[in-house]
Amino acid sequence: MELTGAEILTRCLEDENVEYVFGYPGGAVLEIYDAIFRQDKFRHVLVRHEQAAVHAADAYSRSSNKVGVALVTSGPGATNAVTGIATAYMDSIPMVVISGQVNRPAIGLDAFQEVDMVGITRPCVKHNFLVKDVSQLADTIKKAFYIASTGRPGPVVVDIPKDVTQQKFKYSYPTSVQMRAYTPVQKGHPGQIKKAAQLLLDAKRPLIYVGGGVVMGNASDEVRELARLLGVPVTNTLMGLGAHPGKDPQNLGMLGMHGTFEANMTMQNCDVLLAVGARFDDRVISVPQHFLSSPKKIIHVDIDPSSIAKRVKVDVPIVGHVKDVLADLLNVLKQSDHKQADITPWWKQIDAWRAPNSLYFENSDTIIKPQYVVQKLCEITGGNAFVTSDVGQHQMFAAQYYQFPEPKRWINSGGLGTMGFGLPAAMGVKLAHPDADVCCITGEASIQMNIQELSTCKQYHVPVKVINLNNRYLGMVRQWQEFFYGNRYSESYMDALPDFVKLAEAYGHVGMRIEKPSDVEGALREALAMKDRLVFMDFITDQSENVFPMIQNGKGLTQMDLPPHMRNLQVAPPTPVSERDYGNLC
Amino acid sequence: MRHILSILLENEAGALSRVAGLFSARNYNIESLTVAPTEDKTLSRMTIVTTGSDDVIEQITKQLNKLIDVVKVIDLNEADHIERELMLIKVRATGKDREEMKRMAEIFRGHIIDVTEKTYTIEMTGPGHKLDAFIKAVDEALILETVRTGASGIGRGERILKV
Ligand SMILES: Cc1cc2nc3c(=O)[nH]c(=O)nc-3n(C[C@H](O)[C@H](O)[C@H](O)COP(=O)(O)OP(=O)(O)OC[C@H]3O[C@@H](n4cnc5c(N)ncnc54)[C@H](O)[C@@H]3O)c2cc1C
Ligand SMILES: Cc1ncc(C[n+]2csc(CCOP(=O)(O)OP(=O)(O)O)c2C)c(N)n1
Ligand SMILES: [Mg+2]
Repeated sequence: MELTGAEILTRCLEDENVEYVFGYPGGAVLEIYDAIFRQDKFRHVLVRHEQAAVHAADAYSRSSNKVGVALVTSGPGATNAVTGIATAYMDSIPMVVISGQVNRPAIGLDAFQEVDMVGITRPCVKHNFLVKDVSQLADTIKKAFYIASTGRPGPVVVDIPKDVTQQKFKYSYPTSVQMRAYTPVQKGHPGQIKKAAQLLLDAKRPLIYVGGGVVMGNASDEVRELARLLGVPVTNTLMGLGAHPGKDPQNLGMLGMHGTFEANMTMQNCDVLLAVGARFDDRVISVPQHFLSSPKKIIHVDIDPSSIAKRVKVDVPIVGHVKDVLADLLNVLKQSDHKQADITPWWKQIDAWRAPNSLYFENSDTIIKPQYVVQKLCEITGGNAFVTSDVGQHQMFAAQYYQFPEPKRWINSGGLGTMGFGLPAAMGVKLAHPDADVCCITGEASIQMNIQELSTCKQYHVPVKVINLNNRYLGMVRQWQEFFYGNRYSESYMDALPDFVKLAEAYGHVGMRIEKPSDVEGALREALAMKDRLVFMDFITDQSENVFPMIQNGKGLTQMDLPPHMRNLQVAPPTPVSERDYGNLC
Repeated sequence: MRHILSILLENEAGALSRVAGLFSARNYNIESLTVAPTEDKTLSRMTIVTTGSDDVIEQITKQLNKLIDVVKVIDLNEADHIERELMLIKVRATGKDREEMKRMAEIFRGHIIDVTEKTYTIEMTGPGHKLDAFIKAVDEALILETVRTGASGIGRGERILKV
């Protein structure tokens, strides 16, 4: 029997075991929406803006082992999706985005709602396709899922002209994919792995630096085993939070621009660095020359050769899947009769760096400190909630003060830093994990970038908890203006804020305003107890709070601005002149 | 340093723009780029001449390999290779210049492939520097038009780029 292109598409999605499609209809995808209406294998979630569909699909992927799917119409639907696609691309998140396109004969004629989606998204997708004939549709969808989820994951766009969705063809879903030009490596080179083992055993000041690749590559168990076996310290990037338990004594917390003092000092001063699924981002190592000015041997495990030696030269590159490489490395280490060097002096040093507690903050009983809210949330949920966030100070406070025991619980936009990510992301996560607590830590500015999704949450009954750390400022921008622009708060004050409580209620949810520190815990408990309601908690927080530690533009890893109680400790060797300014944008 | 990269890629619509887009998005130089299908109709062969430090060339190669449509990439500079470029150049050929042009074309082993009362069109192949030399050798005022293909490159002997 022959099916229409639209029916073939829905059948493909069924055969990929897709559970949810996040989307928004329009002319070019009406045929597809009709096929969706006539099937009952997957559910469609009608968002209120296409950007949110893509973030929801992305977060669905981030929190599970599945590939999220978004569906948008041509033209404005497609362009609205682009920010979401770029967000997923920067964080290497697998996702399939299906966009409608105008009829084939109309392509290139400036037809109504025509945009060159393949052209627009080319620089921010892992790959994209324009389906030129219905006979290629099933094959293309299969490839899209395969490419998105293998190798270094990433978003794949499939652009389907409307007349292709109306064409008929026999349906059969391919069982395998053959692509001569795309063959991701899995196993690391055994010789390199031996070298790495040797270096790690001989190291006097070792460190494991864990990134998002470990989270997405499901190699958290291997990292934990390795850390235990060698007794070495572990630090993680913003994207790696949870890959190694935040509360583990061997965990030094996040490193980088807003990382802990101990993590950055350890990173700078280690003699052997094992980097796994992390990409030496500019927010992590700052100025490469400064980072390399303390000599160290670097072992870099990454599935993408282009991540290796991109910003720093490494001594032992290992291309492969983190899970395989770490499993092999563990085997080599377990079989080795080579004695491990004594690292107790190293731990002594690290403990000394740890002692002043760079995340200490002066709590107040008159004004709510944002850090305190996150701390309490972590305590009350036992670290077991899924936490999504937006972008700004609240994101950093969430990363610093919520200690994730498990990977895939911390869902944020690190690479692109997309404000507006948090709420739609929470929606995607909650649908993937209906029984879990899902909290969106946000700011009054970020939340307004996709606040319309409160309506989607109502329609599909998605009872997430919104924790709005409301400082009436574009806080992160204000912080930079305070530090670098002489307190000239140009356009960073959010005037005329809505009454978030009434707004939440208008959308059919529960709203709470919390103004006193003594009410924080009770409010959180009360909200979390309302399992089947979306609760919007508007915490009125300290306007002048800053995120510490902080590494300023062009400064080295050890040249942190420290919190007030550590100011006397300021470590600031001179920065070597940088050859290239890697920028560091707010 | 100048490098010649040889690339085998799927002969698909859009493959060229993926490569060209990569170079502009990542701020890599392109001196020239040529592309055409090979004897296997499903594959195109591209030659890109680029400049950059060894680190940059390494990144370019890795980034190219990452493109789903790219089947293979080699840096021809890593071993012996041959490089050729085709130029068509139209020159003013009147009076005493007419004979002189013909002589110059012969010296450089060019062929005159179109003749009018006032012009010659000369076809010339060779490594880029030979074509440059020809352009330098003739009186600038007499050059009416030049069109160059950019370099094509191939490894010497048994060094073969194939799937
Ligand atoms: C306001 C703000 C402040 C920030 N401050 C900080 C900060 O202080 N500290 C910080 O760390 N970040 C910070 N970031 C985030 C930063 O911009 C980067 O997104 C982040 O550091 C990158 O994390 P990563 O190195 O783990 O790489 P990811 O982007 O997670 O990349 C993963 C790497 O792993 C590889 N990989 C993927 N899958 C596999 C696999 N299966 N096997 C092997 N390798 C794999 C990929 O090829 C890639 O190289 C901040 C962001 C914002 C918006
Ligand atoms: C879409 C987008 N626009 C602009 C920015 C730049 N930016 C980064 S943080 C920030 C302020 C965020 O304010 P808010 O959500 O209130 O969080 P806060 O920093 O106050 O906690 C801005 C404007 C961005 N990251 N994303
Ligand atoms: Mg704010």
